Amino acid sequence: MTRTVIIDPVTRIEGHAKITLHLDEAGHLTDTRFHVVEYRGFEKFCEGRPFTEMAGITARICGICPVSHLLAAAKTGDKLLAISIPPAADKLRRLLNLAQLTQSHALSFFHLSSPDFLLGWESDPAKRNVFGLMAADPDLARAGIRLRQFGQQILELLGGRKIHSAWAVPGGVRSPLSQEAKDWILDRLPEARATVTLALELYKTLLDGPLQKEQRVFGDFPSLFMGLVTPKGLWEHIDGGIRFRDANGAIVADQLSEDDYAEFLGEAVEPWSYLKFPYYKPLGYPAGIYRVGPLARLNVCDSIGTPWADRELAELRQRSGQTATSSFAYHHARLVEIVACLEAIEALVQDPELMHGRIRLRASLNRNEAVGVSEAPRGTLFHHYKVDDDGLLTSVNLIIATGQNNLAMNRTVHQIAQEYIPDPVPAGAEIPEAMLNRVEAGIRCFDPCLSCSTHAAGQMPLRLQLLAADGTVLAERLRG
Amino acid sequence: MSVVTLTVNGQDVAVPAGASLLEATRAAEANVPTLCHLEGLTPVSSCRLCLVEVEGSGKLLPACSTAAAEGMVVHTHTPRLREYRRMTVELFFAEGNHVCAVCVANTHCELQDMAVTVGMDHSRFPYQYPQRPVDATHPQFTLDHNRCILCTRCVRVCDEIEGAHVWDIGSRGGQCHIVAGLDEPWGQVQACTSCGKCVDVCPTGALFRNSDTTAEKQPNTTLPALLRTAREQHRWHNQ
Repeated sequence: MTRTVIIDPVTRIEGHAKITLHLDEAGHLTDTRFHVVEYRGFEKFCEGRPFTEMAGITARICGICPVSHLLAAAKTGDKLLAISIPPAADKLRRLLNLAQLTQSHALSFFHLSSPDFLLGWESDPAKRNVFGLMAADPDLARAGIRLRQFGQQILELLGGRKIHSAWAVPGGVRSPLSQEAKDWILDRLPEARATVTLALELYKTLLDGPLQKEQRVFGDFPSLFMGLVTPKGLWEHIDGGIRFRDANGAIVADQLSEDDYAEFLGEAVEPWSYLKFPYYKPLGYPAGIYRVGPLARLNVCDSIGTPWADRELAELRQRSGQTATSSFAYHHARLVEIVACLEAIEALVQDPELMHGRIRLRASLNRNEAVGVSEAPRGTLFHHYKVDDDGLLTSVNLIIATGQNNLAMNRTVHQIAQEYIPDPVPAGAEIPEAMLNRVEAGIRCFDPCLSCSTHAAGQMPLRLQLLAADGTVLAERLRG
Repeated sequence: MSVVTLTVNGQDVAVPAGASLLEATRAAEANVPTLCHLEGLTPVSSCRLCLVEVEGSGKLLPACSTAAAEGMVVHTHTPRLREYRRMTVELFFAEGNHVCAVCVANTHCELQDMAVTVGMDHSRFPYQYPQRPVDATHPQFTLDHNRCILCTRCVRVCDEIEGAHVWDIGSRGGQCHIVAGLDEPWGQVQACTSCGKCVDVCPTGALFRNSDTTAEKQPNTTLPALLRTAREQHRWHNQ
């Protein structure tokens, strides 16, 4: 009889999901599926609302990366007004996004993923979390928490609150950066630099030792990578053009405009998940699999453009390939991106243009359709609005980073299951927790945010199921 | 000037003849809550929050539109009144679509403040989630019916202060809603002078400036009283 192993819920990710491992009658693994089982319907209930509300509404999609939606919505609003925002506003928005990337990456690395690396895949699951990390290495845990706080505090200094600020608006931003806030950022930068230095050293030591196998089997496969780059091909996180690079390092497409996303991105639907499956249209579905996020951004850019980050990028490429294809390298990429963010933050807060001039323009509606883009911590985010002549939304489409990694996440969990689940699984055998944890960890490489990607509700515990050929649930593991 | 004396919560107060019970309660610093009432506009008693108990009266009376009378014994904060006020506010929330988190009036909303005042932490009545439109046809302002509590401040300020009478109430019962002109899109009503007084006095985010985003609305509810006083006292040279 065929069986299915179910991991449900998947833990230490943002949102609700389950993983099913399908076994044939001989107990061989035939399929692995990452199911996203939540639904919220933002795209529908935003219809009829004024487009000026979208920054405030869509920021509520997620408590981890509200800034990404805020910026994408504000940028889409700018285009509906048909205006170019003032330089100071552009730089303030950039500062906001850099702080967001820093805090979110720190959360992913220190709070969610490092317990696996530092406490061990086989360690007690009850302690394999940030609290276990605090007990085992309080200095590292404290540094990680304070690094996240550094990013969060900048969000509050700019937007008035850490979560769900509505500070970026169509036309610019609401308030400038104060001198006190600027001084605070400069004061805390050295500590943030020291923490990421420590994390990079630690992570590289682990890569040279106990994590060698993970680097090889955690979703190492060829795919396209997509991300924003500057007109000169440097790392970018809010403006610029879209670039696709393949696993061999060849640039497949460059400087694409977000306005044309429907021409190069398709969205497939599978009946077993609420998460859509975007793909690169010219290659079709599912051959057009592509990855977004920190690793993709580092793979598509020629260089980052700041000295320390470029040194770290060179080392990442030395370790994982010029175009890193292992999904495990997302963890390393996050740390390199934190370096890039800290360097960019330091340069921005000392830029005199940040503190002077207009920060908000006001205009009437001048267009009926616009697409905005930003790089969220988890990858490229598109907001596409159509409005009537009064500015009321008639159509909303949100393409979320985690959704774009959907095919890659499925392939990653399949590869990990193939490596760690015994083949064949003996009839009636329990699958050890540590094996299931590795399958979950494959998902954590992508730091998925399912609340965003389905625009759906709740936190994200994970569930794993072992299913028979007839669909009977043979084993199930629930964690939340 | 003749005076009437009455008792509010056991305290003797004297107010000019013709004053409302609301003025009497304020003289006694009784702090009776109001939503539809606004100084400078005719009272209409639509929100029912200022209901008070008057001894000898078989029913609760709205303080804003009841004249103070000699010898009245008034109670403003009995357990029954507190319960009714909370229920009233819960019904406002249940009847419309009030999503404070993303509303233009968040932190500057009288309905939100009132929920805090009456101790409402949730609605005991099921939310109705009505399907209501947004009228964004005016070049400067928007009317979101989802957030309207039918206080009629906009109707009164436009009629009594601006003299344009753009607004009215249309339909009946649960279908009641604010209408512009002869139930036309606001932007097509030629009587509208685009003065913005209706937006200034709206207690919620139902009326707002198009450029306002989340929590940006800044109401100005003192305007009607200022304008009415100025007119009555002939403060302008051309009067």
